[in-house]
Amino acid sequence: MIKRRKLVELFFVSLMKVATFIVVGSLFYIIITIFIKGLPAINLAMLIQTPKGGYYLGKEGGILNAILGSLLLGISSSLLALMISLPIVFYLNIYLKKASRFALIIRFSFDVLFGIPSIVYGAFGFTLMMFMGIQASLLAAIITVALLILPIMTRSMDEILKTVPFELKEISYALGATKLETSLKVILRQTFPGILTAFLISFGRGISDAASVLFTAGFTDLLPYSLFKPVATLPLAIFFQLATPFPEVQQRGYAAALVLTIIILIVSIGSRISLKKFTRQVLK
Amino acid sequence: MNRRRFKDLIVQRIMFILCCFVISILFFIVMGLFYKASPILAIHSLRDLLFSSTWHPSKGNFGLGLFIVSTLWVTAIAIVIAIPLSLLTAIYLTEYAPKRMREVLKPLIDLLAGISPVIYGVWGIIAIVPLISDYVMPFFSERLTFFPFLSDNYTGYSALAGGIVLSVMVFPIIISVIHEVLETVPFEIREASLALGATKWETTRRVVLKKARPGIVAAFILGLTRAFGETMAVLMVAGCSLHGFPKSVFDTAYPLPALIANTYGEMMSIPLYDSAVLLAAFILLLMTTLFNMVAWGILLHIERKER
Repeated sequence: MIKRRKLVELFFVSLMKVATFIVVGSLFYIIITIFIKGLPAINLAMLIQTPKGGYYLGKEGGILNAILGSLLLGISSSLLALMISLPIVFYLNIYLKKASRFALIIRFSFDVLFGIPSIVYGAFGFTLMMFMGIQASLLAAIITVALLILPIMTRSMDEILKTVPFELKEISYALGATKLETSLKVILRQTFPGILTAFLISFGRGISDAASVLFTAGFTDLLPYSLFKPVATLPLAIFFQLATPFPEVQQRGYAAALVLTIIILIVSIGSRISLKKFTRQVLK
Repeated sequence: MNRRRFKDLIVQRIMFILCCFVISILFFIVMGLFYKASPILAIHSLRDLLFSSTWHPSKGNFGLGLFIVSTLWVTAIAIVIAIPLSLLTAIYLTEYAPKRMREVLKPLIDLLAGISPVIYGVWGIIAIVPLISDYVMPFFSERLTFFPFLSDNYTGYSALAGGIVLSVMVFPIIISVIHEVLETVPFEIREASLALGATKWETTRRVVLKKARPGIVAAFILGLTRAFGETMAVLMVAGCSLHGFPKSVFDTAYPLPALIANTYGEMMSIPLYDSAVLLAAFILLLMTTLFNMVAWGILLHIERKER
């Protein structure tokens, strides 16, 4: 009897190990696939040239337009989202009481916004664009992506600020500081690496999403030069260029996929390091 | 009132306004999409739009039936694959894995969540689609001729490919939510069960999982809604033809998000087309939001009880 129970235990533990192996293995499978396809396609010319002769047909040139466009779009939309979410998380954690009903409503709204698919943000960005009377452009894409990553950023910052011990705030208040001074001079400094982590995670999400910029960013072979003109992005470059029947153009798609994956890897590692720094200095 | 107090007050007002702005975003998204979708609702009945499967925008037929069925079909495949794997992985992470190993595995699984949907699509095209067309399909059609889900689509671009890619995409969210839920189960009740002579697996199954059941259901719902709305990867591997309802896992599927993404160029050229597409977005929004609210409701309830 005992033996059977042990066997059952062994069986399920092996099942779990297999499952974990499949889950983690699929990550490596994805990354290795992208590297195998992308490495032969990538070279210096690919990185410093714009495509020549149209992104569907042109067989010459590189993907600089998409790299710059994506970085520009990712950074601007993350900064825009930061400007909105930073005050909100401080309001939630410093100004409002813990059991406040308003805080509950805000957090719940963010949870709901968090779950809305990016294509719906894209469609909403499109209606917003028509409403404001602007074309598919960098500006429209920045607004849409900022909306998309706002809940992601806010949630991770909220998690960070929740860890700030009550005593730290009280010490600051006892010294006569206002809540604003406490937020900026004590809490922000204390949690800065954590906030950086949240920023990087959102940046990564913003730069890698395609569905939200499909309607709003458009696509162009030119380098980004105006807020009101279409902008090329890496995910869309991959999507469009892989769909063509020309191997040379597809190579550009694979190169773009590799560049995007490397950016994501760097951003994730950066956010990890930053989070480690944060958890080390958390006061307990 | 001195200047420092005044500054504090001003900032507090601004913060309050920003919070109201965020709550109103939700309202604007719902209203904006509904407003844009309303022209088509005025002409066709909702029943026709939802259940008819004829999609001929140039002839004025906007039946979303095929797309809704495809969405459900691909999501079902994804969730059937993802549920056992993520549940087992989450249990392993929380209950069995040594601390060092957990510290290595957790970031890797989180990294899976950060990879671009388009990259998943590229992976699907390079790795999964040929796997299905060269190995899985021939295997089923030659060896298992009695298998009821055969199809005449031999390209590999299929609902199954979409489902497999989607399942990998929802692993991280399901695993991390279950992991968090399992961690809230108090250590003492595990010890109580172990002290009664139960093995570790018996404790996990009969005590920990039982206690965590609502949270696990919430995790599955969150994964499901993520799969519902995922666009680019599915668009790239699921085939997306107007071939008719998918009857087999090997048939092509054309889910709602893929429809929205695919029509972006031609949308403005045909009357009511944009309205129909935005109706699709509105339906997607309602479905995901509804499911998400249920899931977050469950998780909030757990968090409260814990306190």
